[in-house]
Amino acid sequence: MSQSFDLIIVGAGIVGAACGAECAAAGLKTLVLDRGIVGGGTTAAGMGHIVVMDDSEAQFALTEYSRRLWLQLRDHLSADVEYEACGTLWVAADDQEMAEARRKEKYYAERNARVEILNGGEVLRVEPNLRAGLAGGLRVLDDGVVYPPCAARFLIDKARRHGAEFRAGAAVAALLPEGGVALADGSRIYAGRSVNATGPWSPELMPGLPVRKRKGHLVITERYPGFVHHQIVELGYLKSAHSTSRDSVAFNIQPRQTGQMLIGSSRQFDAEGAEVDHEILSRMLARAIEYLPALGKLSATRVWTGHRAATPDKLPLIGPGIEHERIWLASGHEGLGITTSLGTGRLVADLLLGRKTDIPAEPYAPSRFVNYSVSHG
Amino acid sequence: MADPIRLRVNGRSVSVAPGTVVAAALALSGQTRFRRSVGGEPRGPLCGMGICMECRVTINGHTHCRSCQTLCEEAMEVQTDE
Amino acid sequence: MNETRLRYEVVVVGAGPAGLAAACAAAENGRRTALVDDSPWLGGQIWRGQQAHPTIPQAARWVERFRRTKASLLDQCTILGPGGARTLLAEHPTGPREIQWERLILATGARELFLPFPGWTLPGNFGPGGLQSLAKHGWPVAGKRIVLAGSGPLLLAVAGGLRKMGASIVSINEQAPLSRLISFGAGLLRWPAKLAQAARLKWTLLGTPFRCGVWPVGAEGSEQVRTVTLTDGRRQWKEECDLLACGFGLVPNLELPLALGCQLENEFVRVDESQASSVAGVFCAGELTGIGGADTALAEGEIAGLAASGREEAARPLMARRTARRQFRAALATTFALRQEVSRLAAAETAVCRCEDVSFEKMKGFAGWREAKLQTRCGMGSCQGRVCGAAAKVLFGWGMESVRPPILPGRVESLCRDGLNGDS
Repeated sequence: MSQSFDLIIVGAGIVGAACGAECAAAGLKTLVLDRGIVGGGTTAAGMGHIVVMDDSEAQFALTEYSRRLWLQLRDHLSADVEYEACGTLWVAADDQEMAEARRKEKYYAERNARVEILNGGEVLRVEPNLRAGLAGGLRVLDDGVVYPPCAARFLIDKARRHGAEFRAGAAVAALLPEGGVALADGSRIYAGRSVNATGPWSPELMPGLPVRKRKGHLVITERYPGFVHHQIVELGYLKSAHSTSRDSVAFNIQPRQTGQMLIGSSRQFDAEGAEVDHEILSRMLARAIEYLPALGKLSATRVWTGHRAATPDKLPLIGPGIEHERIWLASGHEGLGITTSLGTGRLVADLLLGRKTDIPAEPYAPSRFVNYSVSHG
Repeated sequence: MADPIRLRVNGRSVSVAPGTVVAAALALSGQTRFRRSVGGEPRGPLCGMGICMECRVTINGHTHCRSCQTLCEEAMEVQTDE
Repeated sequence: MNETRLRYEVVVVGAGPAGLAAACAAAENGRRTALVDDSPWLGGQIWRGQQAHPTIPQAARWVERFRRTKASLLDQCTILGPGGARTLLAEHPTGPREIQWERLILATGARELFLPFPGWTLPGNFGPGGLQSLAKHGWPVAGKRIVLAGSGPLLLAVAGGLRKMGASIVSINEQAPLSRLISFGAGLLRWPAKLAQAARLKWTLLGTPFRCGVWPVGAEGSEQVRTVTLTDGRRQWKEECDLLACGFGLVPNLELPLALGCQLENEFVRVDESQASSVAGVFCAGELTGIGGADTALAEGEIAGLAASGREEAARPLMARRTARRQFRAALATTFALRQEVSRLAAAETAVCRCEDVSFEKMKGFAGWREAKLQTRCGMGSCQGRVCGAAAKVLFGWGMESVRPPILPGRVESLCRDGLNGDS
């Protein structure tokens, strides 16, 4: 029964799918396994915002690199991936947030990302449904939106075209230090390397891994084409959502190609269940209505929750694992996995093949948590 | 018999008996198509009990209203998809 | 109803026979009770229109009995789902509502099962029950040529009702074979063997074919249904009509019980002898616990209302009225079992999901409902999969794994509890 692969990727979310596509395209004999379906976990729960973020230099490098890869891929994507180049509009409620918009403008512009500052009147002109009295905003032009489940399936299809094998409904019980995996049914599949790409569930296969589940809620509306034109995010997001400890909400809305809108966002630690938390949902929607007063009367069709894979330094874990050289990681992407999936896939392929990486890979090396693993393992 | 209720369907005046639902007022005014589907097909009511959402129209400016569950009211403005 | 945050001892959802009986029983036993319904009417689907034009004495009696209680009627109130502990989020045309309960009785009834065939999305195609409901509220049927097709006792009942309203019934087409309709099993439906034949004779004398073993394979027309293509499995023919009424039986409205976590058994809510579900304080009555008709629903509703008021002992005598029910349900299922052919009517390009226009071709390759949903958006539209989810179960054998709130589309502000005010 035992087969041999160069690489087994565990998890067919968008990160695992991207790793599969890149590694198969690079000529590695690749197997992708998922205990469920393609893109059925965190990928299905996510918004699908392709966004450059500047929380740290390393975060900017990976998100900007990944966005470049999305822009290269966009003309090849199938229609159901619904790539939309809507850009991101960061809105500033007050002067303090406007100062942050200007700092961000300078930071992005210095690194050749296309941005433009808008004053309060200009913000209302491009998004007339926003409330009056906002200080202004920052428009990031090359950001976009995809529909994540189909993006993941597109990448799995790409991997298969390059000879990779994919198995759905294949639960992995253990990653083998000698290379490969033990399946829940007792069988084993051997490979040169395995990659844990199971996102928030990664610690199940690697106890002690510094990845925590961070719950989020999303709401989708009926079709209201043209109600908003950009992915709009409040700059207050930086004050609330980036806090690593408390429960928080922030205004974040996304126009879909269908005319529907996704409304976010919430962040909660220590909330394992999938149930809707009405307290935080209320806070999240109240925040959105505060920014878009007419939103309250629009019809919502669905609310759902999901879990992000959060790391202590808000950077993903990409490369050889901490304990065994044959067990690798592609996890911990928190809320940026849709964006950074492509960069992660490319980095994993380059690192496996010993090729020079396009951006420095060290900031994402799991080994940065070697002591964390010992003290928490 | 109580007085008829007058409302407007796509700008045209219609009189109906009290207790008439908006969906029926549309049918009485000769409207067979209530909305266009995502792919542009004509659609009209199916379930008559508020669950299939095929009979949605715009009532007094509110989009996505179920015409089979809404009673006609005096001076109501009803709009179907083009 | 200016209060937006409401609190009751017993909340009953659904104002059909089961809900009316439950609300009466609870209110008459001194409980502060509310009866909530999505529509502006009492009576649910089966007693639709009885308030305005009473023709069923039993319905009139129950409506009158309910009127005499002190129970509150929250009509035009759409339940969106649970909103925290012992709380329902709801929506009224005037704004959001939050309804707190100590005991909750769900009587959300059933809907018609629609199966896709080419042309089923054309305007002019209704569920038989749906057309009857609309006709009772002013939809013009007088002088219209109507073909009835599909399955179940509803076809005949609706044909009779529409004819009384002046419709011209072109034909009645039951997919089940005649042999099953006149079998022993059908006798248990209190639809004696001879009745099927008598009904056929009656309709034939009126010049209307009542056929068994016949089903629709297509509906044609550009902007609305003009003709229906029918088959008996050997040959096909077209019939001209103004309206088509086609439904393949009933399926329970399980969304709210599922959202509350009630356990199912054989695709209905599992209840004990007091109609209590697996969730503490939540009772279910009527079609939710098995398709059984109005008499069963009344008995179950009353039992649930008494049990929810702490008067189980008073409910004992009523329990006997329920006993024939399992036989009845089984007989119904056997008599009107769907033939395989009706699950294969969709052509490649036929939309199965009417909300998102997802074709049979696009859906058929997936392993299950969730994967098909994520990849094609079937079932993710406004009806929340109520139409295509039930159809997909018949077409592909897929089960819906979960229900997401809100169970019906609701305004964003209704999901947001800030700004509610009331008596709590």
